[in-house]
Formats: sequence, structure tokens, C-alpha cells
Amino acid sequence: MTTSFSVQNLSCKHGLLQAVRGISFDLIQGQVMCVIGANGAGKTTLMRALAGAHMPADGAILLNGKNVTRDRSFARFRSGISMSPEGRRLFPDMTVRENLMIAAENGRPGAWTVDAVLEAFPQLKPLVNKAAGGLSGGQRQSAAIGRALLANPDVLLLDEVSLGLSPAAIEGVYASLAEVKNNRDMIMIVVEQDLNRALGFADEIICIAEGRAELQGRPQDFTKDQITAAYFGLKEKEPAHA
Amino acid sequence: MLESLTQAVIQGVLLGGYYAIIAAGLSLMVGVVRFINLAHGDIAVLGALLTITLVQVMGLPVLWAIVLMLPAMAVLGWVMHALLFERAMKGGFLLPILVTIGLGAALQNSMFGIWGSNTRSLGADIGSLSWSSWFLPGGIIIGKLPVIIFVTAVLVIGALHLMLKKTKLGRAIRATASDPEAAEMCGIDANKSHRAAAAIAVALAALAGVFLAMRGQITPYSGPAQLIFAFEAVVIGGLGSLWGTLIGGIILGLSQSLGGLISAQASLLSGHLVFVAVLMWRIYRDWSVGQGGLRAALKARFALPPTQTGERT
Repeated sequence: MTTSFSVQNLSCKHGLLQAVRGISFDLIQGQVMCVIGANGAGKTTLMRALAGAHMPADGAILLNGKNVTRDRSFARFRSGISMSPEGRRLFPDMTVRENLMIAAENGRPGAWTVDAVLEAFPQLKPLVNKAAGGLSGGQRQSAAIGRALLANPDVLLLDEVSLGLSPAAIEGVYASLAEVKNNRDMIMIVVEQDLNRALGFADEIICIAEGRAELQGRPQDFTKDQITAAYFGLKEKEPAHA
Repeated sequence: MLESLTQAVIQGVLLGGYYAIIAAGLSLMVGVVRFINLAHGDIAVLGALLTITLVQVMGLPVLWAIVLMLPAMAVLGWVMHALLFERAMKGGFLLPILVTIGLGAALQNSMFGIWGSNTRSLGADIGSLSWSSWFLPGGIIIGKLPVIIFVTAVLVIGALHLMLKKTKLGRAIRATASDPEAAEMCGIDANKSHRAAAAIAVALAALAGVFLAMRGQITPYSGPAQLIFAFEAVVIGGLGSLWGTLIGGIILGLSQSLGGLISAQASLLSGHLVFVAVLMWRIYRDWSVGQGGLRAALKARFALPPTQTGERT
């Protein structure tokens, strides 16, 4: 069965502030969508809502046709939506192996095991018995992505993949992600600040400004100027007189 | 003198075993759930009174009574957390304190209503164990019951340590303690982890209550004093550290025992003074971070301004 993930008219609020406004998209197994947008555009809120860490104010999230909108994040993880969150959020006093084991113990059975993750992210191999709090940024990101993969998810959410990483670490993480992508066995939704990286990696992009989808579709369907304008929320003004 | 000092040290260390058991549950709640249960001492007394009833009214052997009572108290802890503590935690900092003060008062009055105000004990039900001792060379006497309590404390804390380190439930509890939201993103139901921790904490409190009733006498109003000892052991040993709790319990027991050499009144006071001293040291240590250490910070804080006699003349 081909996995499908559908987001319909999703809106999220932080108190009175509307952070996400009516976002909709449909993805199927193997597709990679990059979420781009300036700081404060609503990307992380959208990702948290998809992962179940932020309850939406309105709209629906459907995984394989099943409505999971009101499921909490632990239930979504178990049903196949996992996230590597912004800031990685590893458990610093626990070892890398323990961080991975926790996800493996609560995730679905499948091809991704702790050993498989260590194969895919070889930089973690010598660190398995080290406390996660002592890892570098790139190592933490690899561990966080590995932890999300251990859910054997249908939908993998990766928030701010390259944020705070050195160029070499970014290359390492994306090399591993490229292998995951090539398997085409899951949907990936990636928040990426590096526009060139996002456009090169994604099958679909969604550009968010002030919580709205300003631009949505395949990267090759848009010019660089259109994407830049949407990124900064610079909609071309309609002329006052026709 | 040396003989009484040695005796006091041994008694103090063994007394620390009891404090460690009652403090371990409190430490788990503070460290994992970030919840301070001010009814912890009253729960200990409830466990003791239930065990006394099972033994003295229903005629069960003490060990069987404990085996029955502990799971029942664990279930009570789970239910209390699900129905009361979880909701209180959503109400900010003050509400959990008020709720557990209220719970403590309700428990005390309920226990008074059921069991009355008479003092009760399990001492008579454990036969010679309550008074029999080993007599060592040099006039040193070691009670068998305090040794059993101390060994139980080490075993309980060791088992808890292993459970937290090596089991799925333990890892879930530790992950939830570290970052509840991130734990949920790893498939852990944080509420269930908290309830499990509360169940263990309540069972530990009840076990401590049973030992308290074996060592001496209890009334429905004995709980608050036990809560203070548990708090002191937790703070001395370091918040959230299980082995630290054992060390904290031993330091508290030693302080009381050595204080007892001075006078009977000095026994409890010396324990409280050690607690205050450790608390003050921790506060000053944290305050001095970034100021070049405690000595430099104190020097800067309390030093008089440099004399300027040269300029005045």
C-alpha cells in the first residue's frame, strides 16, 4: 500500500497569535517536501502540529486516510509520524545508544534498527556509549535523525536540519539523508533555511510567510525571484489602475 | 567515650537506611515528575496502618501483609497521580503544593477517623526481631532490625537504579524526567511514565512506613515529621539522585545519632542544622558560580573598601 499524508486547511495559534493559516498539501510515499520561509514564518509551528506537539486550532491531518489530528505526539510516533525537532532535543544525560533505544522500543518494527541507524550514520558508531549532552552539533543532529528513523515512520519530519552546523557536518548529514531519500519508502518533510540546499533536495517545496503558504509546488516550476519574493513575503503588488 | 562514639556512628548509619527508603520515593517524584508531594509522610503512615490492620485484625503474617499492601499502595499512587496530581501540575507552581497539603490533611483526618488516635506498632508482631541484637567485641551492639532496614534500603535503591538504567520503563521514566515533550516525540506517553513513578514513590513511602511501625510507634499524625526527614535526606543527598538519597539519609542519621551524644534534645536539632548548613552551602555555591568560586565571591561581597589613609593625610 502506498503511504499518503494529507494536510487540510491546517491552522495553529499561539494564544491570540495565528502562527499557521490554512496550510494544505498532499504527499505520497517517496516524496520529499521542503518547508522554507524566513524566521518566524510559522515553519516550526507547522512541523510541531504535524508531529502532534502542538494541537491545531483548525484543519485536519490524515495519515493513510486516518484522521490523526487529535492524536498526541507519542501516538503519532507509534502510528508512523516521527520528528527530529528543532534543537535536536536529545536526552543529554543518556547515552547515544539509550537515546536510540528509546525510539526503537516505542516505534514500529521495520528495517530501521539501532544497528541500521549506526550504519547509516557512521559518525555515531564510536559515540554510542557517550552521553548525548557531550556531542557536537552535527553528531547531535545525526542522532536526532536516527532516533526519528527508528519509528520506522511513514512520515519523517526534520526541523532545521542544517541550523547551527558546520559545512562539513551539513554535508555529512545530507549524505546520510540522501541515502534515506533514495530508498523512497517514506515521506520526508524537511525545514531548511539554506534555500539552495532545499531546492536541490526536495521534490516539492512550500514557502511560508506569516503562517500562509505563499508558494507551493515543484521547485523547477518557479524562478529564483519568485521563490525569493515568497520567502520574504514580498508579493508583487497589483497595479492600482489597470 | 570511644565506645559510645562508635556505637553512635553505627546507629546513625543504620538509621540512614530508613531515611533513604522514605526519601527515595520523594526523590523520584521531585527528580522525575518535578512534583513535590507534601503528603508523602502521611502516605507512609497510611501504608503502615494498612499493614498493621492486615496483621492484627486479619491475622496475616507480616511479610504477607507487606506483599499485599505494597501493590495496593502502588495502585493508589497511580490513581492519585492520574486523578489529582496531573491536574494540579497544570495549575502552575502553587496548586500542587496546596493540593498535597490538602491531601495530607484529608489523609490524617481519615486515618484518625478509621484507626483513632491511639499509638500503634508492628513491634509485637515481628517477635524477637524488634529487640534482638548482635553483640560485638568492645561492647558494640547492633540491632538486627536496623541492619535489615539498611540492607533493604541498599537493595531497594540498587533495584531502582537498575530498573531506571536497564529496563524500557526505566528509560521511559528517565527520558520523561529529562524532557517530557521530547519523550512524547519518541513514542513515550509522558503521563504514564509520571504515573508509574508516582506508583513506585507511594509504594516506597508505604514500605518506609512499615519499617517506622516496626521500629517504634505511629499515630495518624506521624506523617509530617517523616516528610521533614525525607526532605532533609533528599536535599542533603542532592535532588533527584537515588544513591545521593542513601548518602543523604546516612548523613542525616549520623547527625542525629551524634547529636544524641550531647543530649536527647540535640539529636533532632543537629540533623536539622546539618540540613540547613548543606542548603546554605548549595545556595552560596550556586551564587558564586561565575564569580571565581565561593571564596572569591564571599571576599568580594563582604570585603571592606580599601583604606584611603594615604589620600587623607
